[in-house]
Amino acid sequence: MIYELARNAAHPLLACAGLVLVFCAVFATPAIGVVAPPATAVDIKKFAFAPKEITVAPGTRIIWTNRDETPHTVTSTNKSFASKGLDGDDKFEHTFTSEGDFSYFCTVHPFMTGVVHVRKQ
Amino acid sequence: MSTNDPTGPGHKPARRQALNCLATWTGAAVVWTVAGGVPRALGATREGTPAAAAKNALTFVQISDTHIGFHKEANPDVVGSLRRAIADIHALPQTPAFVVHTGDVSHLSKPEEFAQARDVLQEIRVDRVHTIPGEHDTIDDGVNGYLKFFDHDGKGKSWYSFDQGGVHFIGLNNVLNFKMGTMAALGDEQITWLKGSLARVSHSTPIVVLAHIPLWTVWEPWGWGTADSAQAMALLRPFGSVTVLNGHIHQVLQKVEGHIALQTERSLAYPLHTPGQVGIGEPGPVKVPAGELGKLLGTRQLSVVRGQHDLALIDKPLEA
Repeated sequence: MIYELARNAAHPLLACAGLVLVFCAVFATPAIGVVAPPATAVDIKKFAFAPKEITVAPGTRIIWTNRDETPHTVTSTNKSFASKGLDGDDKFEHTFTSEGDFSYFCTVHPFMTGVVHVRKQ
Repeated sequence: MSTNDPTGPGHKPARRQALNCLATWTGAAVVWTVAGGVPRALGATREGTPAAAAKNALTFVQISDTHIGFHKEANPDVVGSLRRAIADIHALPQTPAFVVHTGDVSHLSKPEEFAQARDVLQEIRVDRVHTIPGEHDTIDDGVNGYLKFFDHDGKGKSWYSFDQGGVHFIGLNNVLNFKMGTMAALGDEQITWLKGSLARVSHSTPIVVLAHIPLWTVWEPWGWGTADSAQAMALLRPFGSVTVLNGHIHQVLQKVEGHIALQTERSLAYPLHTPGQVGIGEPGPVKVPAGELGKLLGTRQLSVVRGQHDLALIDKPLEA
């Protein structure tokens, strides 16, 4: 009876241990590079980037979402990133790894401009 | 309602005449007639009967901004709107020689959108449909995707000229050279080509220019203008009769500058707001109640009558 209890009790523990091992195998090794960096949202709405200007730390991922019914693009002036044409509700993301000021605009509507400042905080 | 005839008898357009904002949310097709020099508007067709063009007139039709691929609430059936316009063109009392499409053929520059647009445009029973690209046709790969379906002369260029009925036609691409914070431009290469092309045309030859974005600054905050249009206008100014046909702004506007008459055309997809209105800060698609949309989309028939200075044009809504 006692043995049975012990055996039964051991099962979930073993199962847990196994899960932990699997977890480590899948996630632990590449965690340094693969775990999604912190994300910040920028909306494209009413033919403007909102916020138009944003300051983030290196490693930040910015996700732009087109909230308009008109296609827009997110295109950097130094060619370091460029989206395809984004239809309504389409998203584009880019991770900023190095410090600097990155200006961008919409190639369909070049009066739409924005800038990402990447600074160590 | 017809567009005004700014160069009619007794009219002496002042240079830099103020925008003649016709902004009628009711017209639709414009029939251009060239008879003798300059395109003249034939008159309104809202009542259903277009004014007859002279028998020797060259008549053609302008359509614009079909935005094939658009499927939002402002118009869930842009292909249906285009087909209604095609039916209107086929019902014209005088068969047009050809159709011009002043850009934004597609909505997102997708190959399937260009393919569908080409197929539907081929349903028009005219010799040819001359197209020029709009900024919606050059989104991901410049003008290359558009040219795979609409290469006018097979030369890999998006600008061209041709002569028909005594008129010199020029198709331009003013949706290249987008730079941050500026309006679109024709660019030096195209300006140089235009100069060379016009050098071979006599100043008495009527000129019709097709360009997607207006060749004058309608509203800079929305990019409704062409950064280097002054260079193109300088090349056109010596000619006695110049008509510039634009699209882009999804409404009828007109400006006259000397012998140059500039006209924008309605869309066949969805209307846009008139610029400069308080509280309307962006040129997004305007949603209108069911039954109203057809009044805001349309086509234009034009006739050129030899010996007359102006082109005749009729703006006709899809739905009166």
